[in-house]
Amino acid sequence: MSAMAVLEHLPHLPETRRGRWLALSGAALVWLGLYQLNEHLWDWILYGLLGMDPASRTTETIHFFAYDTVKITLLLVLIIFAVTFLRSYMSVERTRAILGGKREGVGNVVAAGLGVVTPFCSCSAVPAFIGFVAAGVPIGVTLSFLIASPMVNEIAIGMLLTLFGWKVTAVYVVTGLAIAIVAGWILGRLGVQRWVEPFVFETTLRGKAIDPAAGLSFDDRVHMSAEEVASILRRIWPYLLVGIGLGAVIHGWVPTDFFTTYAGPGNSLGVLVAVSIGIPLYSNAAGIMPMVQALYEKGLPMGTLLAFMMSVVALSLPEMILLRRVLKPQLLAAYIGVVATGIVIVGYLFNALLT
Amino acid sequence: MDVKILGSGCANCNNLEKATREAVDALGLEATFDHVTEPGEIASWGVMKTPALVIDDEVVLSGRVPTAETVKALLRDRG
Repeated sequence: MSAMAVLEHLPHLPETRRGRWLALSGAALVWLGLYQLNEHLWDWILYGLLGMDPASRTTETIHFFAYDTVKITLLLVLIIFAVTFLRSYMSVERTRAILGGKREGVGNVVAAGLGVVTPFCSCSAVPAFIGFVAAGVPIGVTLSFLIASPMVNEIAIGMLLTLFGWKVTAVYVVTGLAIAIVAGWILGRLGVQRWVEPFVFETTLRGKAIDPAAGLSFDDRVHMSAEEVASILRRIWPYLLVGIGLGAVIHGWVPTDFFTTYAGPGNSLGVLVAVSIGIPLYSNAAGIMPMVQALYEKGLPMGTLLAFMMSVVALSLPEMILLRRVLKPQLLAAYIGVVATGIVIVGYLFNALLT
Repeated sequence: MDVKILGSGCANCNNLEKATREAVDALGLEATFDHVTEPGEIASWGVMKTPALVIDDEVVLSGRVPTAETVKALLRDRG
């Protein structure tokens, strides 16, 4: 069944305010029940029903895979739904209007912050870049927005919060924003106008932009959020299964403290290796989280893991190929270099601070 | 009626084109279709989130794939 067909069949929310809240609370209760039952369910199926040995590595691997697949899917549904709903009050058009009058410096800070709350997909990086520049937003400020948007990822925030607590999450958000602000500012200082494809400056805006966030009803926003959950899950499930599979294998078969021995905080190359693996790796924040979790269990330090995660989500080959249409190779190289350096610094800083 | 789909060839852009073609057929309208993939041209429409739908030189929708009903309503308004 196509996405459109599914959407047409989504039930409409009840008309009354009370009915709507009942419907949404009902959905929340079902979610909570499934989330609570998940572990017991797999314990029962694997150990009870199938009589598998809980201590064997194979059982542990299968248990991790099954449990994490359900848990992460549930978390994704909740996070994507909530974030899409909240973000439906914001739009790229509003962000551009806010940034239009801002100078560099303050502009970079505001742009990075807006990069986190604006509903934006890297697949629209090219029209957004042209649109911002055509509206007079400085290039460095535009880049701060484009760096922060994938770097401080809402799915990563939600997952880190549930798996590692608020401290690690706060570190991730603050350092991610800092990298976007500083990297955008530095790139702006380099006088990068000459490294932007000339057609960008020749683009003039005709007609008035429509604000997609305007005039949406509560019902529309709930529908859009459900739509987004379905569309993202449909897109990322292969990455998710591969990521959880790798996490399960690490969980079951890598000896405890393996990484403390070979890539612990004392290993000066750890972060560099993690970032060089992470940059070419293309995955989704949700897909790498099970691996991050399993690697942390086996003694890999948090700074190295944060750096790995940031390099996967912030720098991806498909986005670079898209951005190449507006940025010349020199600027693209500077962009990757500055962001990667920032991520490496964050990794070492936190390995030093958290140990 | 002149219909333009603005989008870089992403899955959602193709979904939008499909939904719009179906809506045009369902309403029995005559329309020419154009799929704009050139980033400069997309941006010049003021669109920053693809896919977007342009009917008779007016951006009517941007950043999402609408339901078939929504497209029909948009087409009827301008038909």
